[in-house]
Amino acid sequence: MHIATRRHERPPRTVISVYGDLDVVGAPDLRQEVVAAVAGGDVCLILDLSGVEFIDSFGLGVVIGSIKRVRQRDGDLALVCPEPRIRRVFELCDLDRVLPLHLALTDVPDPAAAPR
Amino acid sequence: MSEVEPADADETTGEIVLEIPARTEFVSFVRVVVATAAELEPHMDTERIDDLRVAVSEATTNAIEAHVNNDSTDRIRVQCNLAEDQVAVVIHDGGVGFDPDDLPELPPPESPERLLHESGLGVPLMRMSADESEIISNESGTEVRLVVYSSRRRRRS
Repeated sequence: MHIATRRHERPPRTVISVYGDLDVVGAPDLRQEVVAAVAGGDVCLILDLSGVEFIDSFGLGVVIGSIKRVRQRDGDLALVCPEPRIRRVFELCDLDRVLPLHLALTDVPDPAAAPR
Repeated sequence: MSEVEPADADETTGEIVLEIPARTEFVSFVRVVVATAAELEPHMDTERIDDLRVAVSEATTNAIEAHVNNDSTDRIRVQCNLAEDQVAVVIHDGGVGFDPDDLPELPPPESPERLLHESGLGVPLMRMSADESEIISNESGTEVRLVVYSSRRRRRS
């Protein structure tokens, strides 16, 4: 693994906390973690990017792919992204307009109330 | 392919040249070196250095990936020129070129279709992170020139 991830339950969601650089080297590790979570039945996910040091288009691609993956299983994915330098990359691509970036885990709405 | 000069060579205060193997594990190394060099320019603030880091990461990754199906031992050359209120970076590879005008168009941000596009964000993100970007590509390689201004210069222009 080129990044570190930690998976823990926050019912009704599962939180995947990510630490490191989500680039061409690190992003595939996150994809693998999400694939494993979904395969295990966890389809209501929170990706907590608070510990991410850097993200580029590879990281964005894996985040987008993760959303597609859980929605195919009628699930949902929320993002926690408090760091301005990481938020800025989502904003540069206008992805913040289709993908709410929450400042803290406590800001994430219940999946039933989440816009789909 | 011609050498690309920084936007204003007269103001250059320092130059760094790196040559790396065409392997993805070197992308973070390039980011660190270029960002550390940019920190030497007193007017480059953190936000602009973060943008520079993203633009350089995209260009360097593309350069390395251009060598994926290529047995050549060519190296990626990264030339970083510091100047007052700007950093210019030229990334040169000898891999398979591409047509920068023939990239798939992304759906508008409001469209749900936007979340179907996992790839294709690299070049647009590179262009949006830099104040100037230029891609010169042909069958013998690609040269990407990026310039990131300080916030002070951006406010002036």
